[in-house]
Amino acid sequence: MLSLAVTSIIGTIVPQNGNPAAYKQQYGEVFYNLFNRLGIFDMYHCWWFQVMLIMLTLNITVCSIQRLSKTWKIIFPTQLSFNRSRFQKRANREEFQNQGALEQLRKEYESFLNQQIGHSIVERTKKGFCVFAEKMRWTRLGVYFVHLSVILLLLGGLIGSLFGFNGSVNIAEGEAADAIWVRNSHEKRQLPFTIRCDDFDVSFYDTGAPREFRSTLTLLENGEPVLTENIIVNDPLRYKGINMFQASYGQLPPEAPKIDPDMEVSLNLLSRESGMQYQRKTKIGQVVELPEGKGKFVIKEFQPSLEFGNMKLGETFIGLLTPSQGEETKVILPVKYARFDTMRKGAIVISITNDAEDFHAGHDHTVRYYTGLQVNSDPGVWVVYAGFLIMIIGCYITFFMSHQQVCIEVIKSGKNNRVFISGITNKNKLSMQNKIKKLAQSLKHVSKQEEL
Amino acid sequence: MNSSLLLSIVTFVYCLAAFLYIAAWVFKKKELAVAATWVTIAALIGNVAGMGMRWHESYQIGDGSYGHAPLSNLYESLVFFAATIALIYLVVEYRYKNRTLGAFVMPIAFLCMAYASFGTMNKIQPLIPALKSNWLIAHVITCFFGYAAFAISFGVSLIFLFKDRFQDKNKDTGRSFLPSVALLEELTHQMVTFGFLFLTIGIITGAVWANSAWGSYWTWDPKETWSLITWFVYASLLHARFARGWGGQRIAYLSIIGFMAVLFTYFGVNYLPGLHSYGSV
Ligand code: HEM
Repeated sequence: MLSLAVTSIIGTIVPQNGNPAAYKQQYGEVFYNLFNRLGIFDMYHCWWFQVMLIMLTLNITVCSIQRLSKTWKIIFPTQLSFNRSRFQKRANREEFQNQGALEQLRKEYESFLNQQIGHSIVERTKKGFCVFAEKMRWTRLGVYFVHLSVILLLLGGLIGSLFGFNGSVNIAEGEAADAIWVRNSHEKRQLPFTIRCDDFDVSFYDTGAPREFRSTLTLLENGEPVLTENIIVNDPLRYKGINMFQASYGQLPPEAPKIDPDMEVSLNLLSRESGMQYQRKTKIGQVVELPEGKGKFVIKEFQPSLEFGNMKLGETFIGLLTPSQGEETKVILPVKYARFDTMRKGAIVISITNDAEDFHAGHDHTVRYYTGLQVNSDPGVWVVYAGFLIMIIGCYITFFMSHQQVCIEVIKSGKNNRVFISGITNKNKLSMQNKIKKLAQSLKHVSKQEEL
Repeated sequence: MNSSLLLSIVTFVYCLAAFLYIAAWVFKKKELAVAATWVTIAALIGNVAGMGMRWHESYQIGDGSYGHAPLSNLYESLVFFAATIALIYLVVEYRYKNRTLGAFVMPIAFLCMAYASFGTMNKIQPLIPALKSNWLIAHVITCFFGYAAFAISFGVSLIFLFKDRFQDKNKDTGRSFLPSVALLEELTHQMVTFGFLFLTIGIITGAVWANSAWGSYWTWDPKETWSLITWFVYASLLHARFARGWGGQRIAYLSIIGFMAVLFTYFGVNYLPGLHSYGSV
């Protein structure tokens, strides 16, 4: 009955193992596209995925416990015992003959197995004796280590998704941030400290590919700097369980040039009526009387790079014209395009006669960067790492170490002794066979020495 | 002499080795097989030397700023893949004292090198910041040892199926030169377990690296997902064998499916967007 139950459980293993893979493959691609378009792809928090992980965890746990409770007694017997008839059926059984007193042989073989395998026990039979030894019984636990590690990984992932967070923040050089944007959501999350980006540097190879991004970060607590460190890709900063990674960078739009408000602006005024040109000097905010009694004009503001429709006008003044009769109109005066104002079809065409360079004064030419940091905290990561370690060790034990049992049986037949040696292993029968062959060789050797 | 030239020559040496192994198998000539072994050893030495030279060359350009272990793009990984296949194969050949397997394994190494030499860009490129990590080296080496073991198990499974199918009929052809069915099964298993261990370590080192570079050990990047799928395929194989006692044909088919997953993880994934850099052909 139990075996039936076990086989039905085993029946679920293969689809169990196949399904998550197929799921991930199918949903993975679809969601990946979604992620690209909508940025909402978050496999870890997908409900069906979590359910599947929990099912998987339960399955392994139940299976392993069931198995383990059955095999525990085999693995840790209270008393070492063995079944002679099992060894007699082995295909790897080797036989040879020798002479000698049984008692003498027993002593020799016992110490031989003690030396070669492990602690040996002797059983007397009707016509002789058996010596039995085994080693690495515990390696049968390897599988459970592997399964435990799988559970740890899932558990660690769960802890991470419940108690951790993951987000990003862009900080301009010289500025600071104390909150981050949580990934795939529009929430902000407060950090227990403030990150200030003191400096950002990017270096390039001669091919133009980026070589290194480096941010100098200072962490501040209650306004007091506590730590200053450089971070680069692959070398994050960790503080109070929160990790800061160099993830990206970017350029800030150049700062608006501050022109001197008292700067002199030269205007050229062309009267359509008379065809006369007039020169005037003015300043921002200073009212100019237009010639021929055409009204008043004042420059309101300066735009370092104005876009008009899809034209880039560059340095541009914006003014307000108050004609002697009629409504006020806005006047756009790009420094580079002197004829721009003709389009307005006004009575006076206004243009700026300064050079564009005159207004570069105060323009900050150095490029400013911002650093893109990924900031996260994952309390589950150590559980996951423990899982990794146990998985590697467990796989190694499961695959490459085996429980080995060896039995030497001696049967007295007439003057001679028939000696049998055979071994049982739970894995790697071939190497056991070779081992038995080798043991048989050295056994012959052992007894020959004694004969001389 | 530069590394590209040397590695191109190595490609032909692998071709010769594959050819000799196949000839030895078809004509049942032991001498040819012995020659094939030596040619393979020569190819492996050339292969490793070529990688060493490339490593050295990477420090000669760009004022040394390009310097990195030759494991960072498709070309370099294929070259390394060929070397791991040859190395593991030679160990197997030595341990199991059978030289026919080469007829099925060496062509894979040759194809790798041929693809590397003629199908990919082999210019030495500088490393982007994300790849500058010692984990890269651990990750790539373990993954490729895993892949190479799977490649061999794939070859062995092919022989197994081939032999299984034709064994009873026309007994006295070249096939009898092949190793016994039991040995083939054993070998498949050995290679799968070896590969599985390394794939596991490979995935793990990748995860640890990702955690140090981007702050999360798993991001469902397509390559990661596919390596997990591959891992699941082989885990299923192991369960089928351990828990249900499957053997023979079915395991052989599973190991072939597994290797297909490996190939997809390696090449197919490049057509999907992701972080891994071997995409650039
Ligand atoms: C996600 C990964 C895994 C899952 C979901 C899983 C699941 C299971 C389950 C449910 C069983 C129970 C079978 C039973 O009770 O009869 C089992 C058995 C087994 N698993 Fe796994 N397993 C996983 C990974 C592994 C790995 C990586 C290995 C190999 C190293 C492994 C080796 C085994 C073995 C050998 C058994 C048979 C145990 C025995 O006969 O005592 N498992 N597995």
